[in-house]
Amino acid sequence: MEPVLTRHVREPNSFTLDFYLQHEGYDGLKKALAQTPEQVVDLVKASGLRGRGGAGFPTGMKWQFVDRKSTRPRYIACNADESEPGTFKDHLLMERNPHLLIEGCAIACYAIGAKVAYIYIRGEFFHVQHVLEQAIDEAYKKGLLGKNILGSGFDCEVYVHRGAGAYEAGEETALLESLEGKRAQPRNKPPFPAVVGLYGCPTAVNNVETLSNVPLILRKGVEWFTALGPEKNGGPKLYCVSGHVKRPGVYEASMDITLRELVDGHAGGVRDGRTLKALIPGGSSVPILLPNQLDTQASFDGVQKAGSLLGSAGLVVLDDTTCMVWLAENLLHFYRHESCGKCTPCREGTDWLHKILRKIEHGQGQMRDLDLLSSISGNIGGKTLCAFGDAAVTPVLTTLKHFRHEYEAHITEGRCPLHADWRARQPVGAHA
Amino acid sequence: MSFHPKMAYDATFHRSMRKLGEPGDPFVYTPDNRARFDEIVLRYPPEQRRSAVLPALYLVQHQQGYITATAMRYVAGLLGITAADVEDVVSYYTMFFTKPVGTFVLSVCRTLSCALNGAERVTEEICRALDIAPGGTDASGTFTLLEVECLGACDRAPVIMINDAWHENQRAEDIPKLLDDLRTRGEAALTGCHHVVERAKS
Repeated sequence: MEPVLTRHVREPNSFTLDFYLQHEGYDGLKKALAQTPEQVVDLVKASGLRGRGGAGFPTGMKWQFVDRKSTRPRYIACNADESEPGTFKDHLLMERNPHLLIEGCAIACYAIGAKVAYIYIRGEFFHVQHVLEQAIDEAYKKGLLGKNILGSGFDCEVYVHRGAGAYEAGEETALLESLEGKRAQPRNKPPFPAVVGLYGCPTAVNNVETLSNVPLILRKGVEWFTALGPEKNGGPKLYCVSGHVKRPGVYEASMDITLRELVDGHAGGVRDGRTLKALIPGGSSVPILLPNQLDTQASFDGVQKAGSLLGSAGLVVLDDTTCMVWLAENLLHFYRHESCGKCTPCREGTDWLHKILRKIEHGQGQMRDLDLLSSISGNIGGKTLCAFGDAAVTPVLTTLKHFRHEYEAHITEGRCPLHADWRARQPVGAHA
Repeated sequence: MSFHPKMAYDATFHRSMRKLGEPGDPFVYTPDNRARFDEIVLRYPPEQRRSAVLPALYLVQHQQGYITATAMRYVAGLLGITAADVEDVVSYYTMFFTKPVGTFVLSVCRTLSCALNGAERVTEEICRALDIAPGGTDASGTFTLLEVECLGACDRAPVIMINDAWHENQRAEDIPKLLDDLRTRGEAALTGCHHVVERAKS
């Protein structure tokens, strides 16, 4: 399909307001302001837009759940804490097309009756924050944000809030905690943020790509949106392809595309004449797929049917030089480091898992360690406040399931049998 | 099944290692930073000043390079919260330093996509060139090397964030030139390094 979200990203001025206004910019906001907020929510609901952050929850429903009877202020929190390993789509959107997100924030505020939207951006995206803040300034000057927008009587403020290095801040309630000036640790749910969110007020938390789709729905209509891609998986989708491919990058497609078209077509296939060993289809937190599953449709429902999840659509391609025990160790180092520490099974369990994996990878494992890995994983998954626990055990369980023979080879040979040339000659840093 | 008997807690679990830094000299914002703080605080409801703790701490770090206990107390006073509340935040987020760091903090992404593209080699080369281990600062106090988790630049792997500036597609062979560049050109080497537009399709 013809790109929509990323159509102009390569043009030098794509991030400026003038450029955006020349390309139907803020037409979606004008159309929204001509309707009632309820009509806008109904429109987004009818489009079937699903959250692009990972869970794929329908955005219209999320907005409808926002408590309208409450006398307290309401908020939009935009989740720009893009930290899932293998995901880099929101970075591109915010850096090259920031006004689309700002327009989306304003429409979302109008729809749920909020006056303030906070864009929570990860601290490492400082260069992107500058672009966003400049774009917001431009929008204020043109009267597209602030008081009485376009003479409609609707007020909307958009602020950027910089995080400071915490993967967990991408979890919606942890994001709200961080925005309130506390540690980014998740809250018990229910109550959901739609009822008790930021400062205890009704709040909708939406991903950058989700909000960026909203102006398009208003501009081009629900029929256009639902006609793109399979049923219940409508609209343009950004895919991030990285790892051992010739052309890593962000690719936009409708969700009737297959994983094969993304990996072999858009990304040019596995590089250096190597063969594909496995594919992570949705960021590091989802089960891996094998080469014979490449013809899976890259939609939320299609990937789920194949036994994995589309998640944040971060495809990590692994060639035959990749040791799967090393992979699990690498990812568990990540989860161990990023566990927020609130729930004991996750805080302690990820540390244990990483230690055992490191031991096996360094050739000091025993066969009984494999059962221990499953046992610990079973004591983390489903036993934590947020989905982090389930995410953290996935790399262990999925590699054990498909590549148990590699674990056994490490243990019987007493070393890593597959030491690729892209790894350090001597274990260094985290791997030492 | 019981857990492995020999699994003692060791010194690698980083959070328990993050002790509060030295008290430091008395701290106040420079007039510029104070004006910036007063502006930032207005973004949040008046009874929710605490929300400004992250930006307030960034200002401290910008002013003196790292965050001391007196600075935490100062920020707590400005926000109307306790020093313990501020320390709670400082000790949680990885981008705040409680000890002095080098002029250039080299944060090498070590997570999957970067590692698949040779990030371990990059770290190895920096360690060799500066004779330090990750987490260390070189003898001249110019460079601090950190291994960090996914920076969200997986298509431009491996990536090194130097202070706040991204350097993408770094290979081990590029490291000597990169370090020289930072030594000779200083802060100027941090502008124009980030690949703004996605790599053109080849």
